[in-house]
Amino acid sequence: MSQLIPITITVNGRERPLEVATHHTLLEVLRDEIGLTGAKACCLVGECGACTVIVDGRSVDSCLVLAVEADGCAVTTAEGLATDGRISPLQGAFLDHGAVQCGFCIPGQVISGHVLLRDNPHPTPAEVEEGIAGNLCRCGCYSQIKDAILATAEAGEG
Amino acid sequence: MRSFIYERPTTLAAAIDLLAIHGEAARPLAGGTDLIIRLRDGTLQPEVVVDLKRVAELRPAIEERDGALVISAGSVMTDIAAHPTVRERFTSLAEAATVIGAVQIRNRATLAGNICNASPAADTATPLLVHGARVVMAGPGGTRRMELDDFFVRSGVTVLQRGELVTAIELPLPPGRVGSVHLRRTRRRGHDLASVTLSCAVDAHGVTRLAYGSVGPRPYLVTDGSGLLADPAAGEARDALLQEMLDRATPSPRSMRSSPRYRLAMLGVLAHRGLALAIQRSGR
Repeated sequence: MSQLIPITITVNGRERPLEVATHHTLLEVLRDEIGLTGAKACCLVGECGACTVIVDGRSVDSCLVLAVEADGCAVTTAEGLATDGRISPLQGAFLDHGAVQCGFCIPGQVISGHVLLRDNPHPTPAEVEEGIAGNLCRCGCYSQIKDAILATAEAGEG
Repeated sequence: MRSFIYERPTTLAAAIDLLAIHGEAARPLAGGTDLIIRLRDGTLQPEVVVDLKRVAELRPAIEERDGALVISAGSVMTDIAAHPTVRERFTSLAEAATVIGAVQIRNRATLAGNICNASPAADTATPLLVHGARVVMAGPGGTRRMELDDFFVRSGVTVLQRGELVTAIELPLPPGRVGSVHLRRTRRRGHDLASVTLSCAVDAHGVTRLAYGSVGPRPYLVTDGSGLLADPAAGEARDALLQEMLDRATPSPRSMRSSPRYRLAMLGVLAHRGLALAIQRSGR
């Protein structure tokens, strides 16, 4: 028997009233109930960052947040970075710099890059490395990802 | 993950009641960066999870009160690392909070949670020890305060009783300048747990406090009040004293992150480096 709890979360600007099981994570609810599959289920221990989303302005591993904990919060996923169907300048820079190989980690990477540039519009290369240290890329595209974030900062489009 | 009953108290009294009633069957939830991993892998199977994040008395807050910097139990690493008083006067704590996990973890993980887990490798344990931190606890029997050094029992075990929780960590504001530093060894750069941790603080009177972790069942604090360690010109006697102060280290051969020999060797290296940096930062 599992307890169902009514919650309301605002996902990418849209209010979502839901009933969630207490032991379901925010990641599971985003993917399985709302159908937003950008955030990926991968390590499930908060090491790989493939599930990174923004909760009330801060990036978190959504595999380590219970859905009920996010009740009343505003959540932004990679799907929410586009405006009017157009990808963000940072997302465009990822494509231009060849930062996307298999693509699995990219939704988490762009969320981390987005938050980094929002808080620090002109990061040093070391600050970019620290900003994405919680996002692993098994294709090893770190230098391209770093370049894409730095180029977005340089263009003043962060 | 197994199902559980989720409770979200809004007052400290209600949180204590829930934890006291359910005892071992309940687990408090703060940042969740450790708890949710253990719920998922089944090492913890509580019947009740008590989410503390909406408890009014535990809300994130870092403020000066009665000669101490008081860090509430809901405060996360990101805010601790960025706080000007922490950076200026408790530098080693700011440094430790900055190296824990990665951005995503630091945005959730709380200082109180890090202490309550009582991992011997906890990065914030050693800086809190060298800065003389006190733990404030509340439970069915009321409130009590304790030196952090007395709070740790062994790996994963603290003095917390049934129904009791940590409400804040207090850092006494030192009268003079204190230079402090936090150092660690990890297997890789970026997001990793520490194989050895060491914090060092040198105060205006030449008192040196060293704390080290990940080399035994709990972190250790040792103090030199003679001024010998804080005197870089003291020579061989100083090296001998430093070595003696590290002798509580008994790293387990079963630990997976590195061998006991490596840990002991690195502990010595970190101690020399940490001492030099702390002296430099103390302005002595």
